[in-house]
Amino acid sequence: MKSLKKLLSVALVGVMCVSVLAGCDSNTASGQASAGAATETFKIGGIGPITGGAAIYGTAVMNGAQIAVDEINAAGGINGYQIEYKFEDDTHDAEKSVNAYNSLKDWGMQALVGTVTTTPCIAVADYTAQDGMLEITPSASSTDVIVNDNVFQVCFTDPNQGTASAQYIGEGNLATKVAVIYDSSDVYSSGIEATFVKEAENQNFEVVAVEAFTADSKTDFSTQLQKAQSAGADLVFLPFYYQEAAIVLKQAKDMDYAPVFFGVDGMDGILTLEGFDTTLAEGVILLTPFAADAKDEATQKFVATYQEKYNEIPNQFAADAYDAVYAVKAALEAANATPSQTAQEIGNLAIPAMTTITVNGITGEMTWQATGEVSKTPKAVVIKDGVYVAMD
Amino acid sequence: MDFLSYLINGISLGSVYAIIALGYTMVYGIAKMLNFAHGDVIMVGCYIVFMMMGKAGVPPIVAILGAVVICTVLGMGIEKLAYKPLRRATSLAVLITAIGVSYFLQNSALLIFGADSKSFTSVVNLPNLQLAGGKLTISSTTLVTVIVCIVIMLALSFFIKKTKAGQAMLAVSEDKDAAMLMGINANATISLTFAIGSCLAAIAGALFCSAYPVLTPYTGSMPGIKAFTAAVFGGIGSIPGAFIGGILLGVIEIFAKAYVSSQLSDAIVFAVLIIVLLVRPTGILGKKIHEKV
Amino acid sequence: MKNLKKSSKDHLITYGILLLVYIVAEILIKTGNMSSLMQGILVPVCVYSLVAIGLNLCVGYLGELSLGHAGFMCVGAFCGAYTTKMLQGTINNEILLFTIALVVGVIMAALFGFLVGIPVLRLKGDYLAIVTLAFGEIIKNIINVLYIAKCSDGMKVAITDGGAIEVDEAIGEMWLVNGAKGINRIPHLSNFTIGMILIFVALFVVFHLVDSRSGRAIMAIRDNRIAAESVGINITKYKMMAFVISAAIAGAGGVLYAHNLSTLTATPTNFGYNMSIMILVFVVLGGMGSFRGSIIAATILTILPEGLRGLADYRMLIYSVLLISMMLFNWAPAAVNWKKKVMASINNKTSKKGQVE
Repeated sequence: MKSLKKLLSVALVGVMCVSVLAGCDSNTASGQASAGAATETFKIGGIGPITGGAAIYGTAVMNGAQIAVDEINAAGGINGYQIEYKFEDDTHDAEKSVNAYNSLKDWGMQALVGTVTTTPCIAVADYTAQDGMLEITPSASSTDVIVNDNVFQVCFTDPNQGTASAQYIGEGNLATKVAVIYDSSDVYSSGIEATFVKEAENQNFEVVAVEAFTADSKTDFSTQLQKAQSAGADLVFLPFYYQEAAIVLKQAKDMDYAPVFFGVDGMDGILTLEGFDTTLAEGVILLTPFAADAKDEATQKFVATYQEKYNEIPNQFAADAYDAVYAVKAALEAANATPSQTAQEIGNLAIPAMTTITVNGITGEMTWQATGEVSKTPKAVVIKDGVYVAMD
Repeated sequence: MDFLSYLINGISLGSVYAIIALGYTMVYGIAKMLNFAHGDVIMVGCYIVFMMMGKAGVPPIVAILGAVVICTVLGMGIEKLAYKPLRRATSLAVLITAIGVSYFLQNSALLIFGADSKSFTSVVNLPNLQLAGGKLTISSTTLVTVIVCIVIMLALSFFIKKTKAGQAMLAVSEDKDAAMLMGINANATISLTFAIGSCLAAIAGALFCSAYPVLTPYTGSMPGIKAFTAAVFGGIGSIPGAFIGGILLGVIEIFAKAYVSSQLSDAIVFAVLIIVLLVRPTGILGKKIHEKV
Repeated sequence: MKNLKKSSKDHLITYGILLLVYIVAEILIKTGNMSSLMQGILVPVCVYSLVAIGLNLCVGYLGELSLGHAGFMCVGAFCGAYTTKMLQGTINNEILLFTIALVVGVIMAALFGFLVGIPVLRLKGDYLAIVTLAFGEIIKNIINVLYIAKCSDGMKVAITDGGAIEVDEAIGEMWLVNGAKGINRIPHLSNFTIGMILIFVALFVVFHLVDSRSGRAIMAIRDNRIAAESVGINITKYKMMAFVISAAIAGAGGVLYAHNLSTLTATPTNFGYNMSIMILVFVVLGGMGSFRGSIIAATILTILPEGLRGLADYRMLIYSVLLISMMLFNWAPAAVNWKKKVMASINNKTSKKGQVE
């Protein structure tokens, strides 16, 4: 028995050594690579969940950014240098995200497109600030993400979306009684809910019900809908993602409840959900910067490439990531950066340059404030016959 | 009228939990292990139904049958490869292996089907039931789920009590070694249990996704853990217990959302569970454990 | 050395290995030979080792399966981070600040361990497991709807209704706990040295406990509760003692966790049942009752997914396959017998060699 235990511990220690060594090996290998290749290419990293429950968002960002990188490389790169792009998984966990960041740092990353989700982004932003690296997040929308000077957002902040939605409903006289259903365990959703309810006080409608769900109970919305119906709500505000929204719409139909449903940018993607009956979404209004069936050339080209490469229609996350890469490009060009500079040197030049650039992306024309917040206009669209139609 | 609606919603949610819990409780009762991968077998079942209906365009019944066959084979395969070698090891070791299997199934599904969610088309194509002059609507999915759940519970009870194989299961669950001495093939019996459990998982998956129609590689884990809770609630190992536990858990969850606070509903559900277990330490229908010195 | 008891010798070996690992790691860091990834992972390894030590006391020695240790970790993390945020302006010495946060976090986790223990320890087996799981989920759910703010007119607390509190950051008011957003801008006070010190202290406590009279009582309860009771052992007292200490160590792990990242939220991945199960995996894989094994298993399984990053999409799939294989290799009777045989043949060979020479 004793020898057995000994053998076991020896075996375990052995595995540990191997894994530690493996870690070292990959480090030295990548260190050499970065030393060798540093003069030729820019190294841009991405971080987001590509496994775990939030995998869908991270995968979209990974693919969207890849398309932008390919396009830029084909067109001659940034300042004449090609881009090398690497994406690491963080499983939507702050600690894993920091690991992913460190792993990219070992690889020689010079600017970061990420991270995809809010909580990990706050944790990583702390490290990028220490390292003075330019960080542009496509989709982490909390204001806590941009407390450091080096972080910029491509998406709207949560408070902006909440306020804009309340104003839009009020000014358009869309409803008199409004119910809100939100995810109380999610930073994005609860952030929008808080400002929406606050702004609603200044508007000409009344919030009659505020109902929550959590990550652990996000399959059944019948009760929340029932309460909204009983309270007489003629509009239901849904500040969360389209997967849950698809269930809400189905269950509302099952109970013959047909208010106006109003979503935010997370709702985008509902029409392309595989197998979704788009008649359920008829009449849904959403504020979104991106519409996959917009008629402009840039969007159509992006959507076509994405479909061809990944066999899916891109959602808002993919579009934000695509624009984020172009924002990095614009900032590096404005700063006249070269790949031989360190991340910090590039950051020193590119971070101040962010407020001077304008990017005309597929999510709109964007400029940035020094706070890191983006200025662009959300479009309100209504779903008619299975497609987005502009409201105005 | 609201009260009735909430009650119906609760029973609807509860009956899905109940079907999953039946699978859990069967396996626990006989193999004495918590099969944490059960929820993921459900997910596999969902994907198979989805693929067969959506891509191959077969009718729902055929798709469900296909899922039942594949899940049964999968369940028996998992048992043979991952659990059987640990038959004589501590039950915790099997628990951890089950978690490994659960990760394996989730990540395989992620690679095969992608991270993108799928919207599931209901396998039930019947009109909704209107009661009280249209004031109360019961969806056809709910009705079918509840009926299927009751049928399965009765069939399982009958199987265990009246058939030879069922009696063998009972014997193995009471005392495996004694059962083997009596000439019962314990390995085959346990394998059969996994087959039945996985077959139920496929049916549960089809019904779960019909009621709550979004499918991802992680669809199974949450209902899995809720159903485990339900099984313990009702007294783990007891078939009627799993049914009652499932229904009660669903009703409590909906009532907590409706009448107390939707923000705190998870906490309330679990608090009720704790209180029930303090009053009845082995669940509602659980057997009392007689301690031997 | 020969006069030492076998168990003390074993403990010394554990301390020795840890010290060696610490020194080697420090040398690698100081000489710049350790990758950022490995450096970043050192504190998490300490966190999970700590919690695994705590859980091993509960599972391995007390013999009770707990699926709620992430809950105690969560209590420790939030109480610790909360204390730090409260005192941040008043106390400037980082070590002192962390120590106070640690004491508060550990005491609160122990207190919760006690409160949870009162009902839980009356139950047995899987019923106990599910109740601890339930407590963990309740704690997580409540923290997600808890709002505490430091305002100019005093502290304000709200449950579920965060909108009721107005916070104006311009005049120095701030959120301490902001619902789902949790606690933000926590200073980085954790480091590898502190983590190692905590592991040493935790090991000292548990080794001391299991070798003492109380420890023997706890193991007697695990092996045969009725027999233990009949020889006059106070079951409730000793069960509670082990459970509370176990929770306190998990709480210490939580405090360390909280001060490693600038943001702290209670999500299903970090404080849900998934984490409790993950820690259980460390304990079972490392060997129940072996604290050294827990640390080694926690280390391997924390590094493994990071080491597999090169495999991209296949990373977690390979991880699960490795986990299953390791479990089968360590626990399957067939594999155990095979290992015994191999060991025996190695022993034979070496002894034969000795004879020839």
